[in-house]
Amino acid sequence: MYSLSVNGQVHEVDADADTPLLWVLRDFLALTGTKFGCGMGLCGACTVSLDGRPVRACTLRVSDVGEGEVRTIEALATDGELNVVQRAWLDLDVAQCGYCQSGQIMAATMLLEANPKPDDAAIDSAMSGNVCRCGTYQRIREAVKLAAERLPNAGGDHG
Amino acid sequence: MVDSAGPAALTRRVFLQRSGGVALLVGMVLPAVGAKGVTSAKEKLQINSFLRIDSDGGVTVQANHSEFGNGAYTIIPMLVAEELEVPLSAIRLEAAPTRPEYYSSVFGEYLTAGSITTFSLWGPLRTAGAQAKALLIDAAAAEWGVPAADISASEGRVRSADRELDYGQLVAVAQRREIPLRESVSLKAPADFTLLGQDQPRFEGHSKVTGEARFGIDIKLPGMLYASILRCPVYGGKPRDFDASAALEQRGVVKVKAISNGVAVLASNYWAARKGRDVLTVNWDEGENTAYSSERFFAEYRTLADEPGMLAEDIGDSRAALADADDTVESVYELPYLTHVTMEPMNATARVESDRCEIWSGTQYQSNDQERVSALLGLPPQAITIHRPLIGGSFGRRASKSADFTIEAVEAARGEDVPVQVIWSREEDVRSGHYRPLFVHKLRGAVDGDGLPLAWHQTVVGQSIMQHTKHDPAYMVDGMDIYSLDGCLQEPFGVFPYGTSYAIPNHRVETHNPLKVGVVPQEWRSVGHSHTGVAYECFLDELAHSGGRDPLDVRQHLARDHGRMSAVLAMLRDKSAWDRPLPDGWGRGVAARIYSVTPIAQVAEVSVDDAGNYSVERVVCVVDCGFAVNPLNVEAQIQSGIAMGLSAVAGEEIVLENGRIRQSNYHDYPVLRLPQMPRIEVHIVQSEEVPTGVGEQALAPTAPAVLNALFAATGRRIRRLPIKHHDLTLV
Repeated sequence: MYSLSVNGQVHEVDADADTPLLWVLRDFLALTGTKFGCGMGLCGACTVSLDGRPVRACTLRVSDVGEGEVRTIEALATDGELNVVQRAWLDLDVAQCGYCQSGQIMAATMLLEANPKPDDAAIDSAMSGNVCRCGTYQRIREAVKLAAERLPNAGGDHG
Repeated sequence: MVDSAGPAALTRRVFLQRSGGVALLVGMVLPAVGAKGVTSAKEKLQINSFLRIDSDGGVTVQANHSEFGNGAYTIIPMLVAEELEVPLSAIRLEAAPTRPEYYSSVFGEYLTAGSITTFSLWGPLRTAGAQAKALLIDAAAAEWGVPAADISASEGRVRSADRELDYGQLVAVAQRREIPLRESVSLKAPADFTLLGQDQPRFEGHSKVTGEARFGIDIKLPGMLYASILRCPVYGGKPRDFDASAALEQRGVVKVKAISNGVAVLASNYWAARKGRDVLTVNWDEGENTAYSSERFFAEYRTLADEPGMLAEDIGDSRAALADADDTVESVYELPYLTHVTMEPMNATARVESDRCEIWSGTQYQSNDQERVSALLGLPPQAITIHRPLIGGSFGRRASKSADFTIEAVEAARGEDVPVQVIWSREEDVRSGHYRPLFVHKLRGAVDGDGLPLAWHQTVVGQSIMQHTKHDPAYMVDGMDIYSLDGCLQEPFGVFPYGTSYAIPNHRVETHNPLKVGVVPQEWRSVGHSHTGVAYECFLDELAHSGGRDPLDVRQHLARDHGRMSAVLAMLRDKSAWDRPLPDGWGRGVAARIYSVTPIAQVAEVSVDDAGNYSVERVVCVVDCGFAVNPLNVEAQIQSGIAMGLSAVAGEEIVLENGRIRQSNYHDYPVLRLPQMPRIEVHIVQSEEVPTGVGEQALAPTAPAVLNALFAATGRRIRRLPIKHHDLTLV
């Protein structure tokens, strides 16, 4: 039995110790917004937040989550209000098939939490682990910048 | 709050909340507008099998095309709403059932393919909308006793000088009146469009930023088991027998069974199924494929390319012109197998009962899957229900003629009392898929005294996708596969109503279709153009250079009698600033293609450093896709096609070795990542012609434009793909 804190709720999960967090979220908690892409931490589709840092849920064993707070795509909006990254994604119509976008949005959200004014190099670095086979990268880059501009205290400093 | 959750604890409440039950379009169904709560039992006005208006004002459209990023679910409501005069938010989409009345008007099957969704729906959906609007105006005219000509419709309401009603309020009256004939209604002129031609974000977009979008892999059904399949390491091998004892000891595993393509482990969660699978012992029948390797095929195909093939086209007299020429250019282009690696791995869910079968599958070829499952189970087609979740990418993979991933779920679920979901690992996806076939193109050419192409002789060697399938009659002409030749024939041929747009005076194309052995060949975005585009447009570049001519000049000359391509190339020259010098170390390349009627051309600019790192700095694309219904999506599809074309030419390759596929996951089948993405500029030729596709078209010119740009920058011609094998790394 593992006690997991996910999106502000504590869940008791009776899973094998080596079960990746991804499959606990999807099959035990029915939180299917986090996606399976590669199973090796190569594509970023399963990106979730663990104590505010991006982790690949497909390679993180449930026994290694410990007491950390897990946050998934389902918890980004507050009372139906999209977060600034989701809003920018929607406004620029970033998604195509959409399958990788939960991971992209999680990665971008955590990037802006750590660095509210990322330059191109910072965006490249934070987002290069997230594959999009539809190739929505140009709009991803634009959406990260738009979200950054809209952050409170972003001021008039548009790079 | 604390709750205890295991897979079995997935209560019906949670299930409904999470999965949306079987209403698979949930998350994109928008609230209906109009008269609210006026009737308890809704009256329904059925215009045709696609369109219905309810007495609460809701407009329901049956979507008969799949959404896999293509934008079908946005185009469909746009086309209806424009003519019906309702806001987009009034429209509710439902996934049309797999029945003949919903088959594609182009294919005669339930299939989303060929980048022709907009083209095929352009007439029918607008007409249905116009019929409905005319009927509602007619009903209002009768109700009010005023001439129809004095009534207008907009925003879901009809209005006369002094009265107005919501559409929903007219449903009861309209039900008793004749639906106007298709021929009797007139469609709006483009100048009057308020929705079409305007940027429209995707209809299901909200669900794709919140995690609510339901893909096939997200289906959760009460009692459902998850299956993982162990497959033979040799492609196509079958299980003889197996030892499941260790697998059955794994907690959560409930059953192990052989299916056609391997041994399936059924468990209460996917990870348990995977762990069970990993401890299976299987005795395999490896089959014939151990004899086959990519290198063997390349060698055999190179030999074949030197021999006379089946003659597909013979304009003028290429052989004589080449024999008479002082100089000829000769090249061989070699293209590896490619795979699709959709972000959502293959999966499907099935529930099989004695007299019916329900399937949740991300197929884009529903009628085929229904037919295949019907044959497998010995049930009539209408006993097979195919639900349509959203699809996490396709690029051709999910138009599987074998219906492989759907069939597997049915085989796994057959004999079980509960639904079974089969999920492929990424390794299975890479190693057990269907592939863009391996091709060799041999080309010889010569230029005239002005340095312009005079003679062209191309021999195309590769396995057919369509041979020995039900599509064989349409695509195999005189024994040769014309699907493989799309993009290298100068004149229209067979089912392809277009040529290259070029006029080379002497133009000969031959082909060999070697035996279909080894891996299963499959459409891969842009299909024939994914290889003919490289061979044709790169060799044309070689000829231009051999004649001392500017490569864009040569294309403009050859396409001079093709009005649409000429306009595209002229705009490309301007928008790309083709004639402006580039910095040192940069190169510029051009390619132009017609795929599925749409002319499209691109200029790529690359920079290369001394260490062999190259960047594609910019790609300028000009397209004439007729009337651009949703320019925002045209741009998205073009960015997408360019990204995938660049990804493939830079680094993608599937290698078959003694029947085994060497690659396995994104580390050894690398796809484009964000830092490698070029800046893309899209220019759409203004047009009021019938809309044609862009989804596959955009990919076709990219690889040759990049290869030609690398030549311009480095002087090196790369003729065997991918580029990464030539000490050049995309950064």
